[in-house]
Amino acid sequence: MKDEKRQKRKENFRLLWTFLKGSKRWFIFGVIASSLVSLADMVSPQIIRAAIDNALGGLEPDLPGWAVALADRFGGFEYLGEHLWIMAAALALIAVIRNGAQYLVGVLNNRGAETLVKTMRDSLFSHIERLPYAWHMKNHTGDLIQRCTSDVESVRRFVSMQLSNVIRIVILIVLSIWFMVRMDLRLTLVGVSMIPVILGFTVSFGRKMHAGFEHCDEVEGQVSALVQENLTGVRVVRAFARERWERDRFIEKDNYYCGLWVEMGKTMTRFFSIQDILSALQVMLVIVFGCAFCVNGTMTSGDLIAFISYNSMLAWPIRRLGRMLIEMSKADVSLARIAYIMNEPEEPASEKALKPAMNGDIVFDHVSFAYEGSSETLHDISFDVEAGSTLGILGGTGSGKSTLMLLLDKMYLLPEGSGRITVGGTDIKDIDTEYLRSNISMVLQEPFLFSRTIADNIAISSRAITIDRVREASRAASLDESVREFSKGYDTFVGERGVTLSGGQKQRTAIARALVSPAPIMIFDDSLSAVDTETDAKIRGELEKRFGSSTTILISHRLTTLSKCDKIIVLDSGRVAEQGTPDELRTSGGIYQKIFEIQSGAAGPEEAAGEEA
Amino acid sequence: MKKTKEKNSLPFFGIPKMMPLIIKYRKDLAVVIVTTIIFGLMEITYPVLQRYALNRFVEGGTLEGMGLFILAYIAAIAGMAISGYINTRVCMATELRMNTTMRNEAMAHLQKLSFDYYNTNSVGYIHARVMSDTGHIGETLTWNLNDGIFFTMTVVGSIAVMLAIDPKLTAMILVIVPVISVFYALFQGKLFELNRQVREINSRITGQFNEGITGAKTIKSLVVEDRIFEDFESETRAIFNKSMEAARLRGVFRAVTGMAASAALAIVLWQGGLIAKEEIGTFSLFMTYARDLMEPVSMIVESLALFIVGKVNIGRYTALMESVPNVRDSEAVEEKYGDCFDPKKENWEELKGDIEFDHVDFQYPDGDELVLEDFSLKIPFGTNVAIVGETGAGKSTLVNLVCRFYEPTRGRVLIDGRDARERSQLWLHSGLGYVLQTPHLFSGTIRDNLLYGKPGATDEEIYAALEKVSAVPVVEKLEKGLDTDVGEGGSLLSTGEKQLISFARAILADPRLLVLDEATASVDTMTEQTIQAAIDKVIKGRTSIVIAHRLSTIRNADIILVVKDGKIVEQGSHDDLLAAKGYYSRLWQRQYEDEATSRLWSENQEKTAGN
Repeated sequence: MKDEKRQKRKENFRLLWTFLKGSKRWFIFGVIASSLVSLADMVSPQIIRAAIDNALGGLEPDLPGWAVALADRFGGFEYLGEHLWIMAAALALIAVIRNGAQYLVGVLNNRGAETLVKTMRDSLFSHIERLPYAWHMKNHTGDLIQRCTSDVESVRRFVSMQLSNVIRIVILIVLSIWFMVRMDLRLTLVGVSMIPVILGFTVSFGRKMHAGFEHCDEVEGQVSALVQENLTGVRVVRAFARERWERDRFIEKDNYYCGLWVEMGKTMTRFFSIQDILSALQVMLVIVFGCAFCVNGTMTSGDLIAFISYNSMLAWPIRRLGRMLIEMSKADVSLARIAYIMNEPEEPASEKALKPAMNGDIVFDHVSFAYEGSSETLHDISFDVEAGSTLGILGGTGSGKSTLMLLLDKMYLLPEGSGRITVGGTDIKDIDTEYLRSNISMVLQEPFLFSRTIADNIAISSRAITIDRVREASRAASLDESVREFSKGYDTFVGERGVTLSGGQKQRTAIARALVSPAPIMIFDDSLSAVDTETDAKIRGELEKRFGSSTTILISHRLTTLSKCDKIIVLDSGRVAEQGTPDELRTSGGIYQKIFEIQSGAAGPEEAAGEEA
Repeated sequence: MKKTKEKNSLPFFGIPKMMPLIIKYRKDLAVVIVTTIIFGLMEITYPVLQRYALNRFVEGGTLEGMGLFILAYIAAIAGMAISGYINTRVCMATELRMNTTMRNEAMAHLQKLSFDYYNTNSVGYIHARVMSDTGHIGETLTWNLNDGIFFTMTVVGSIAVMLAIDPKLTAMILVIVPVISVFYALFQGKLFELNRQVREINSRITGQFNEGITGAKTIKSLVVEDRIFEDFESETRAIFNKSMEAARLRGVFRAVTGMAASAALAIVLWQGGLIAKEEIGTFSLFMTYARDLMEPVSMIVESLALFIVGKVNIGRYTALMESVPNVRDSEAVEEKYGDCFDPKKENWEELKGDIEFDHVDFQYPDGDELVLEDFSLKIPFGTNVAIVGETGAGKSTLVNLVCRFYEPTRGRVLIDGRDARERSQLWLHSGLGYVLQTPHLFSGTIRDNLLYGKPGATDEEIYAALEKVSAVPVVEKLEKGLDTDVGEGGSLLSTGEKQLISFARAILADPRLLVLDEATASVDTMTEQTIQAAIDKVIKGRTSIVIAHRLSTIRNADIILVVKDGKIVEQGSHDDLLAAKGYYSRLWQRQYEDEATSRLWSENQEKTAGN
């Protein structure tokens, strides 16, 4: 069990490692630059110490040889004492290096973080686009988006703020302790004695608060959901005259939420105050002991001043270190949530990747199919569509007609032994998937439009499509007139506030999208259901004119739409119930004939209404 | 659109607009201000104490008075800890309470705003006003104020101490302050602007993820994966560039602050080095102050900038609070009938259920043409009105007027013979039953949802209502019965089940007036029949207005109104309209065909399943 967990963790971090490709070096450079900053921070107090003790105090320097040599090159400490500007200039020079490095730290670390985020986003997006359609059907959009946004963000925070800052802070602490020890071991012990106390205190406190924070987050979610619910349900609230109840319910929850945070605030404030006291005591101890050592002559005043500087440098990083140690554990969860997407295999490529001519006969040969975890949807379906002809598919809800088309477009792969589908004699499983899809143009009943302009939506398949061709296609789809009514015409953004396309307009946009780049195989899956009868007829006329040479498949529940098909198959509960020309079927005595009678008015509505009563 | 208008028109960072809130919390804010000043003073005291220690003990070569020094230091720590504790605690609580007050007031106000507000502002937009703008305002008015005062305090305090000790040296250090202040003031705005742009691109990226996921099927079948990804990648590149620009600017900020601090330090060493010979403590005090002066200066500038940013939030929030509902009760009406939070039910007449449209003209506030012109219609109690037409033809208009969600542009809607405006909205709504096409349930139990129709109803009443709409089996098959949680938006129930529960909810109060938007959503045949039977049953003995999709409702209605392109084109009984052979008869024909066809399919399916 534990091994498994460790294994998972290892895999997550391996994923992080691949994401870090391209950004690692920036983080490493950032850490190097920040070491330089820390080093400069260590050196400045030394300059001041040397100024106080050696240049001004005239004490014998206990500095490393090179430093003494350097001072001698500038005329010796005595000279420097008289010309303090030289030492001040040295301080300034160190500052220039330090702040230059500080700038680099910011830029490099951000470069790393941004590169990492970009890599993660890009990989996630392109991976998601290439995951099989079945996977998309299994997962909730909201949940996936959460993984792609908040989880990416928390991984970024982990690497750029926590991981690299922890390294930086550790370097800073080690460096200052080293410098302090070199000056005076005793005072160092006094100074660092508080570090474990503060650190331990922070970590244990953070653990304790953790559950509280989670609870607060949860309640905040509830408050937010309450607002959402009230706003979306405004009609119900008003119609049931429940304004007061809604207000009171919200206020109750909101006040509870507020109270929770106020309580949390009390604990947090206590914690902050104790931290403040501990840090201040640390400074006081250094001053008190430092003074004592100076008075008994075992320490110089310059040493003490430098010591105080180092000591104050440590205060903040130590406080932050504690917090970071707590937050580091969270990244693991986010990584696992991202790995859930990244570890899913992409759509497999066709082994043979053939690219045959697509204007051949389409044959469904004993095709059976079941969705994962459900019973069989299609049972032993066989039919063929002659090249260049038009096939109509008639069927009720859930008869499997859309599934047939998803199989033809390889959205789902036909398992071994469940029959085969061929185009011009080639099994589609051997045809290159992208090639196959780009040669099949499919218009869906509820078309998906992108949040771009109408022109972009129509011309989405290729950047080479000119606006004239867009207009032309739009006219053929009886869309042009509606678009002209929009103040921005073809540049109208779909989904922009105020501009919502009706169901019929959306369908016509999708048809224009298909018309603008004709393909050898055209599928219209109930794609005129929201268009009124006259427009329906007009568009069908256009389609016939244009796609004489294409193999066309029309799916509909209305016979007028299918009346000119060369052949119709009637699909009933996943089986082919009838097939033939419209004329043959009309007199076959089957379900088609019954529907024909209803829809041609042979059986009047009056009769039917009587039947119903 | 509306969003950006209010941006730059508010004086004093828009704070005068928040005066009522500030006055409400004036005592807490006073505590915050006083404690932050004390806290700031204590911060300044440490270097002074340090100076004393170094001067007296190190220079003086004696440890005499050390006890006293420790006492003084501990006193300073105590002062700091106590003032800091009170400050943080009160400030935090004030921020939270302010946020809560604003949220509560916003929600109360939203309960009064009319539907045209909801139609022109998306739920997401309003949600952000309630949840996020309020938070920013609270933060600005508490923490930002607190920080601004604290940092001003430390800057002014340390300058004062330095001036008292060595005016000349202080003057030299102070030269740096105006220089960096100007620098900050110039670039802070740019940094905020960059951050705003980053957030904007970020929300676009989220949108693209959404599109890439929901549009997967279309993207695959069009084989445009590469193009969509290219566009996505151009956004991630854009955010990368913008973020880096912001990072570089932030880097410059930090470097400049650090440089200024070091410059001050160098000045102290160069000009004040000699002090160290006599008074090592004074030297160290100057060093500490000089080094720590620059950070607060940058923080003061940031505080100011945050006030400027906060102005936008205040503008948006007050725009919401100042929107006036289009439909509202007159003062006289409120006087007699009460408002929506405190109704005076004792003055309410009983609702009988007669409705009359009297020469009504109507135009939607955001529309540009009259959708009703001189429309008159009497609907006496017990009448069943059906409204038919294609999807999106504007069938809800009459319902909106009857429910007084909107008011006529001209003419009157009479309820029980009196203008609807003569009585309160709540009065009307209390006598109304309403069933939406897409049933909207609230999170909570089934009982909670049913009680929405009639608070305080007994279990018997509830079951009677469920019985009426044949929804008892829905409840009985659930383990916890009425106490079953329905999930957010009722997501744990099926569409058909939600439909039935929302019926029961409307029926529970036994309303005289029933408004019903029939469902078109696909539910299985059995449920569809149950729902249909329920409709037939519940509309009897009430005035009902049904937005109709089902043949039985249309056929049996007393009056049928036919809507096309937002306007009523035909009206009359079913037989009259059929005989007229107009738009209605075509519509009827097509609906009939569709329905008969789908019935045929499902019968066939059952037969197959039976075999």
